[in-house]
Amino acid sequence: MHIMEGFLPWQWCLFWYLIAIPVVVYGITRIKKITDKNPETKPLLAVSGAFMFVLSSLKLPSVTGSCSHPTGNGLGAVLFGPAVASVLATIVLIFQAILLAHGGITTLGANIFSMGIVGPVAAWLVYKGIKKIGWGSSIGIFFAALLGDWLTYVTTATQLSLAFPIPTFGEAFIKFMVIFAYTQVPLAIVEGLLTVVIFEYIMQLRPDILRKLRVIGSEKAQDSPEKVSEVV
Amino acid sequence: MDKKPLVLLALVAIIVIIPLTLYNGLGEDEGFFGGADGAAGEAIEETGYEPWFNSFWEPPSGEIESLLFALQAAIGAIIIGYVLGYYKGQDSERNKEENKKNGKRM
Repeated sequence: MHIMEGFLPWQWCLFWYLIAIPVVVYGITRIKKITDKNPETKPLLAVSGAFMFVLSSLKLPSVTGSCSHPTGNGLGAVLFGPAVASVLATIVLIFQAILLAHGGITTLGANIFSMGIVGPVAAWLVYKGIKKIGWGSSIGIFFAALLGDWLTYVTTATQLSLAFPIPTFGEAFIKFMVIFAYTQVPLAIVEGLLTVVIFEYIMQLRPDILRKLRVIGSEKAQDSPEKVSEVV
Repeated sequence: MDKKPLVLLALVAIIVIIPLTLYNGLGEDEGFFGGADGAAGEAIEETGYEPWFNSFWEPPSGEIESLLFALQAAIGAIIIGYVLGYYKGQDSERNKEENKKNGKRM
Protein backbone atom coordinates (compact mmCIF):
# COMPACT_ATOMS: atom_id res chain seq x y z
CA MET A 1 0.00 0.00 0.00
CA HIS A 2 3.03 2.27 0.07
CA ILE A 3 2.92 4.75 -2.75
CA MET A 4 6.60 5.25 -3.44
CA GLU A 5 8.43 8.52 -2.92
CA GLY A 6 7.74 10.96 -5.74
CA PHE A 7 5.15 8.72 -7.41
CA LEU A 8 2.25 11.12 -7.01
CA PRO A 9 2.01 14.50 -8.74
CA TRP A 10 2.58 17.23 -6.17
CA GLN A 11 -1.03 18.46 -6.33
CA TRP A 12 -2.20 15.04 -5.14
CA CYS A 13 0.48 14.94 -2.44
CA LEU A 14 -0.83 18.24 -1.13
CA PHE A 15 -4.45 17.11 -1.41
CA TRP A 16 -3.92 13.98 0.69
CA TYR A 17 -1.81 15.86 3.21
CA LEU A 18 -4.62 18.37 3.69
CA ILE A 19 -7.04 15.54 4.47
CA ALA A 20 -4.63 13.55 6.65
CA ILE A 21 -3.26 16.31 8.88
CA PRO A 22 -6.51 17.30 10.64
CA VAL A 23 -7.33 13.64 11.32
CA VAL A 24 -3.89 12.97 12.82
CA VAL A 25 -4.11 16.14 14.94
CA TYR A 26 -7.55 15.09 16.15
CA GLY A 27 -6.13 11.62 16.88
CA ILE A 28 -3.41 13.13 19.08
CA THR A 29 -6.02 15.01 21.13
CA ARG A 30 -8.02 11.76 21.40
CA ILE A 31 -4.96 9.91 22.72
CA LYS A 32 -4.44 12.61 25.33
CA LYS A 33 -8.09 12.47 26.36
CA ILE A 34 -8.25 8.68 26.58
CA THR A 35 -4.99 8.29 28.49
CA ASP A 36 -5.86 11.15 30.88
CA LYS A 37 -9.20 9.55 31.67
CA ASN A 38 -7.94 5.97 31.84
CA PRO A 39 -4.16 5.89 32.31
CA GLU A 40 -4.27 2.09 32.54
CA THR A 41 -5.01 1.97 28.80
CA LYS A 42 -1.50 3.20 27.93
CA PRO A 43 0.09 -0.26 27.69
CA LEU A 44 -2.66 -1.36 25.29
CA LEU A 45 -2.03 1.72 23.18
CA ALA A 46 1.62 0.66 22.98
CA VAL A 47 0.55 -2.87 22.06
CA SER A 48 -1.70 -1.55 19.27
CA GLY A 49 1.15 0.47 17.82
CA ALA A 50 3.57 -2.41 18.23
CA PHE A 51 1.13 -4.77 16.50
CA MET A 52 1.09 -2.41 13.54
CA PHE A 53 4.90 -2.30 13.60
CA VAL A 54 5.18 -6.07 13.48
CA LEU A 55 2.48 -6.78 10.91
CA SER A 56 3.53 -4.07 8.47
CA SER A 57 7.10 -5.37 8.53
CA LEU A 58 6.05 -8.86 7.44
CA LYS A 59 6.02 -9.19 3.69
CA LEU A 60 4.09 -12.31 2.94
CA PRO A 61 3.71 -14.24 -0.29
CA SER A 62 0.25 -14.36 -1.82
CA VAL A 63 -1.41 -16.80 -4.23
CA THR A 64 -1.06 -14.22 -7.00
CA GLY A 65 2.70 -14.82 -6.85
CA SER A 66 3.66 -11.42 -5.51
CA CYS A 67 4.35 -10.25 -1.99
CA SER A 68 2.66 -7.69 0.15
CA HIS A 69 2.21 -6.96 3.82
CA PRO A 70 -0.64 -6.73 6.32
CA THR A 71 -1.32 -3.37 7.96
CA GLY A 72 -2.21 -4.12 11.58
CA ASN A 73 -4.57 -1.14 11.66
CA GLY A 74 -7.69 -3.04 12.75
CA LEU A 75 -6.65 -3.69 16.36
CA GLY A 76 -5.88 -0.07 17.23
CA ALA A 77 -9.00 1.15 15.44
CA VAL A 78 -11.30 -1.19 17.36
CA LEU A 79 -9.64 -0.58 20.74
CA PHE A 80 -9.11 3.18 20.56
CA GLY A 81 -11.10 4.45 17.58
CA PRO A 82 -9.98 5.26 14.02
CA ALA A 83 -8.36 8.65 14.76
CA VAL A 84 -5.95 7.09 17.26
CA ALA A 85 -5.11 4.40 14.70
CA SER A 86 -4.27 7.23 12.27
CA VAL A 87 -1.61 8.49 14.67
CA LEU A 88 -0.16 5.00 15.10
CA ALA A 89 -0.13 4.47 11.33
CA THR A 90 1.64 7.80 10.85
CA ILE A 91 4.45 6.72 13.18
CA VAL A 92 4.89 3.43 11.30
CA LEU A 93 4.78 5.13 7.90
CA ILE A 94 7.36 7.76 8.88
CA PHE A 95 9.67 5.03 10.17
CA GLN A 96 9.35 3.13 6.90
CA ALA A 97 9.64 6.22 4.70
CA ILE A 98 12.82 7.47 6.35
CA LEU A 99 14.67 4.27 7.17
CA LEU A 100 13.42 1.80 4.59
CA ALA A 101 12.60 3.93 1.53
CA HIS A 102 9.14 2.31 1.65
CA GLY A 103 6.61 4.96 0.90
CA GLY A 104 7.91 8.48 1.18
CA ILE A 105 7.63 11.90 2.71
CA THR A 106 5.90 13.38 -0.34
CA THR A 107 3.41 10.50 -0.44
CA LEU A 108 3.01 10.31 3.35
CA GLY A 109 -0.34 12.09 3.33
CA ALA A 110 -1.73 9.67 0.75
CA ASN A 111 -0.42 6.65 2.63
CA ILE A 112 -1.84 7.93 5.93
CA PHE A 113 -5.17 8.32 4.19
CA SER A 114 -5.27 4.67 3.09
CA MET A 115 -3.65 2.87 6.04
CA GLY A 116 -4.46 5.39 8.77
CA ILE A 117 -7.91 6.67 7.85
CA VAL A 118 -9.94 4.53 5.43
CA GLY A 119 -8.74 1.19 6.84
CA PRO A 120 -9.28 2.09 10.51
CA VAL A 121 -12.64 3.78 9.88
CA ALA A 122 -13.82 0.68 8.01
CA ALA A 123 -12.54 -1.62 10.76
CA TRP A 124 -14.21 0.44 13.46
CA LEU A 125 -17.55 0.59 11.62
CA VAL A 126 -17.50 -3.13 10.88
CA TYR A 127 -16.79 -3.95 14.52
CA LYS A 128 -19.56 -1.67 15.78
CA GLY A 129 -21.97 -3.06 13.17
CA ILE A 130 -21.27 -6.68 14.04
CA LYS A 131 -21.63 -5.97 17.76
CA LYS A 132 -24.93 -4.27 17.06
CA ILE A 133 -26.43 -7.27 15.30
CA GLY A 134 -25.35 -9.32 18.29
CA TRP A 135 -22.50 -11.43 16.93
CA GLY A 136 -19.51 -12.10 19.17
CA SER A 137 -16.57 -9.77 19.53
CA SER A 138 -14.16 -12.35 18.06
CA ILE A 139 -16.14 -12.50 14.82
CA GLY A 140 -16.33 -8.72 14.93
CA ILE A 141 -12.60 -8.26 15.30
CA PHE A 142 -11.90 -10.80 12.56
CA PHE A 143 -13.98 -9.02 9.94
CA ALA A 144 -12.88 -5.60 11.20
CA ALA A 145 -9.20 -6.44 10.76
CA LEU A 146 -9.81 -8.23 7.45
CA LEU A 147 -11.68 -5.32 5.91
CA GLY A 148 -9.43 -2.70 7.48
CA ASP A 149 -6.51 -4.38 5.76
CA TRP A 150 -8.20 -4.99 2.43
CA LEU A 151 -9.79 -1.57 2.09
CA THR A 152 -6.43 0.03 2.78
CA TYR A 153 -5.22 -1.55 -0.45
CA VAL A 154 -8.38 -0.75 -2.38
CA THR A 155 -7.83 2.86 -1.33
CA THR A 156 -4.26 2.81 -2.63
CA ALA A 157 -5.52 1.43 -5.95
CA THR A 158 -8.14 4.19 -6.08
CA GLN A 159 -5.61 6.91 -5.24
CA LEU A 160 -3.27 5.76 -8.00
CA SER A 161 -6.08 5.51 -10.57
CA LEU A 162 -7.19 9.04 -9.67
CA ALA A 163 -3.66 10.35 -10.17
CA PHE A 164 -2.97 8.25 -13.28
CA PRO A 165 -6.28 7.71 -15.12
CA ILE A 166 -4.50 6.37 -18.19
CA PRO A 167 -6.20 5.66 -20.54
CA THR A 168 -9.31 6.00 -18.35
CA PHE A 169 -9.98 5.91 -14.62
CA GLY A 170 -11.84 2.59 -14.97
CA GLU A 171 -9.04 0.80 -16.79
CA ALA A 172 -6.41 2.20 -14.46
CA PHE A 173 -8.51 1.12 -11.49
CA ILE A 174 -8.70 -2.46 -12.76
CA LYS A 175 -4.95 -2.46 -13.35
CA PHE A 176 -4.12 -1.26 -9.83
CA MET A 177 -6.77 -3.48 -8.23
CA VAL A 178 -5.11 -6.49 -9.86
CA ILE A 179 -1.77 -5.42 -8.42
CA PHE A 180 -2.96 -4.57 -4.92
CA ALA A 181 -6.39 -5.86 -4.04
CA TYR A 182 -6.20 -9.43 -5.44
CA THR A 183 -2.83 -10.04 -3.84
CA GLN A 184 -4.17 -8.74 -0.56
CA VAL A 185 -7.14 -11.12 -0.14
CA PRO A 186 -5.27 -14.01 1.55
CA LEU A 187 -3.13 -11.55 3.52
CA ALA A 188 -6.24 -9.80 4.80
CA ILE A 189 -7.49 -13.18 6.06
CA VAL A 190 -4.11 -13.71 7.76
CA GLU A 191 -4.41 -10.30 9.38
CA GLY A 192 -7.93 -11.13 10.57
CA LEU A 193 -6.76 -14.38 12.18
CA LEU A 194 -3.73 -12.81 13.88
CA THR A 195 -5.82 -9.95 15.23
CA VAL A 196 -8.32 -12.43 16.69
CA VAL A 197 -5.48 -14.26 18.48
CA ILE A 198 -4.08 -11.13 20.17
CA PHE A 199 -7.53 -9.64 20.84
CA GLU A 200 -8.79 -12.78 22.56
CA TYR A 201 -5.68 -12.93 24.70
CA ILE A 202 -6.17 -9.33 25.80
CA MET A 203 -9.83 -10.08 26.45
CA GLN A 204 -8.88 -13.05 28.59
CA LEU A 205 -6.31 -11.15 30.70
CA ARG A 206 -7.70 -7.63 30.96
CA PRO A 207 -11.40 -7.52 30.09
CA ASP A 208 -11.68 -4.59 32.53
CA ILE A 209 -9.67 -2.30 30.22
CA LEU A 210 -11.68 -3.35 27.17
CA ARG A 211 -14.85 -2.53 29.11
CA LYS A 212 -13.52 0.91 29.98
CA LEU A 213 -12.77 1.52 26.32
CA ARG A 214 -16.31 0.26 25.59
CA VAL A 215 -14.96 -2.35 23.23
CA ILE A 216 -16.95 -5.06 25.00
CA GLY A 217 -20.20 -4.49 26.84
CA SER A 218 -20.23 -4.09 30.60
CA GLU A 219 -23.34 -6.21 30.96
CA LYS A 220 -21.33 -9.18 29.79
CA ALA A 221 -20.79 -10.87 33.13
CA GLN A 222 -19.84 -14.21 31.67
CA ASP A 223 -16.12 -13.57 31.95
CA SER A 224 -15.94 -13.99 35.70
CA PRO A 225 -17.95 -17.21 36.04
CA GLU A 226 -15.86 -18.66 33.24
CA LYS A 227 -12.70 -17.89 35.11
CA VAL A 228 -14.03 -19.37 38.35
CA SER A 229 -15.06 -22.57 36.67
CA GLU A 230 -11.61 -22.85 35.12
CA VAL A 231 -9.97 -22.59 38.53
CA VAL A 232 -12.35 -25.11 40.09
CA MET B 1 -4.96 -24.72 27.76
CA ASP B 2 -6.97 -23.11 25.01
CA LYS B 3 -6.22 -24.65 21.64
CA LYS B 4 -7.99 -22.05 19.54
CA PRO B 5 -5.00 -19.69 19.12
CA LEU B 6 -2.86 -22.60 17.98
CA VAL B 7 -5.44 -23.62 15.38
CA LEU B 8 -5.68 -20.03 14.11
CA LEU B 9 -1.90 -19.67 13.92
CA ALA B 10 -1.67 -22.99 12.05
CA LEU B 11 -4.20 -21.62 9.56
CA VAL B 12 -2.02 -18.53 9.11
CA ALA B 13 0.98 -20.75 8.41
CA ILE B 14 -0.99 -22.73 5.83
CA ILE B 15 -2.17 -19.60 4.00
CA VAL B 16 1.41 -18.35 3.82
CA ILE B 17 2.89 -21.69 2.74
CA ILE B 18 0.40 -22.35 -0.09
CA PRO B 19 1.85 -19.75 -2.49
CA LEU B 20 5.36 -20.95 -1.72
CA THR B 21 4.50 -24.50 -2.77
CA LEU B 22 2.33 -23.31 -5.66
CA TYR B 23 5.21 -21.44 -7.29
CA ASN B 24 7.99 -23.63 -5.96
CA GLY B 25 11.19 -23.23 -7.97
CA LEU B 26 10.17 -19.89 -9.42
CA GLY B 27 11.92 -16.80 -8.22
CA GLU B 28 12.28 -13.10 -8.75
CA ASP B 29 13.92 -13.67 -12.14
CA GLU B 30 10.68 -15.22 -13.42
CA GLY B 31 8.70 -12.34 -11.94
CA PHE B 32 7.52 -14.08 -8.80
CA PHE B 33 7.44 -12.92 -5.18
CA GLY B 34 8.25 -9.33 -5.98
CA GLY B 35 6.60 -6.59 -3.97
CA ALA B 36 3.20 -5.21 -4.95
CA ASP B 37 4.40 -1.66 -4.15
CA GLY B 38 7.20 -1.99 -6.71
CA ALA B 39 4.83 -3.48 -9.29
CA ALA B 40 2.59 -0.44 -8.94
CA GLY B 41 5.61 1.82 -9.36
CA GLU B 42 6.49 0.05 -12.62
CA ALA B 43 2.91 0.32 -13.86
CA ILE B 44 3.03 4.07 -13.22
CA GLU B 45 6.36 4.48 -14.97
CA GLU B 46 4.88 2.68 -18.00
CA THR B 47 2.45 5.56 -18.38
CA GLY B 48 5.46 7.81 -18.97
CA TYR B 49 5.44 9.40 -15.53
CA GLU B 50 8.75 10.42 -14.02
CA PRO B 51 8.92 10.49 -10.21
CA TRP B 52 9.74 14.04 -9.18
CA PHE B 53 11.29 13.28 -5.85
CA ASN B 54 13.64 10.59 -4.59
CA SER B 55 14.04 9.17 -1.11
CA PHE B 56 16.59 11.06 0.99
CA TRP B 57 18.18 7.80 1.93
CA GLU B 58 17.79 4.24 0.80
CA PRO B 59 19.15 1.12 2.44
CA PRO B 60 22.35 0.56 0.45
CA SER B 61 21.77 -3.19 0.08
CA GLY B 62 19.26 -5.97 0.69
CA GLU B 63 21.26 -6.89 3.77
CA ILE B 64 20.80 -3.48 5.37
CA GLU B 65 17.16 -3.44 4.36
CA SER B 66 16.50 -6.76 6.05
CA LEU B 67 18.36 -5.47 9.12
CA LEU B 68 15.96 -2.54 9.38
CA PHE B 69 12.88 -4.67 8.74
CA ALA B 70 14.00 -7.13 11.41
CA LEU B 71 14.55 -4.20 13.75
CA GLN B 72 11.04 -2.94 13.07
CA ALA B 73 9.52 -6.35 13.81
CA ALA B 74 11.70 -6.78 16.90
CA ILE B 75 10.68 -3.44 18.41
CA GLY B 76 7.04 -4.35 17.97
CA ALA B 77 7.44 -7.89 19.27
CA ILE B 78 9.30 -6.76 22.41
CA ILE B 79 6.55 -4.32 23.33
CA ILE B 80 3.76 -6.85 22.75
CA GLY B 81 5.61 -9.57 24.68
CA TYR B 82 6.45 -7.24 27.57
CA VAL B 83 2.93 -5.90 28.07
CA LEU B 84 1.08 -9.17 27.57
CA GLY B 85 3.62 -10.99 29.76
CA TYR B 86 3.07 -8.40 32.48
CA TYR B 87 -0.70 -8.84 32.21
CA LYS B 88 -0.30 -12.60 32.35
CA GLY B 89 1.77 -12.32 35.52
CA GLN B 90 -0.80 -10.03 37.11
CA ASP B 91 -3.53 -12.45 36.16
CA SER B 92 -1.90 -15.48 37.77
CA GLU B 93 -1.11 -13.47 40.91
CA ARG B 94 -4.75 -12.48 41.11
CA ASN B 95 -5.85 -16.07 40.66
CA LYS B 96 -3.47 -17.23 43.37
CA GLU B 97 -4.80 -14.69 45.83
CA GLU B 98 -8.36 -15.57 45.04
CA ASN B 99 -7.58 -19.21 45.63
CA LYS B 100 -5.99 -18.42 48.96
CA LYS B 101 -9.05 -16.46 49.99
CA ASN B 102 -11.35 -19.25 48.98
CA GLY B 103 -9.15 -21.76 50.73
CA LYS B 104 -8.78 -23.84 47.61
CA ARG B 105 -5.71 -25.33 46.07
CA MET B 106 -4.74 -25.21 42.46
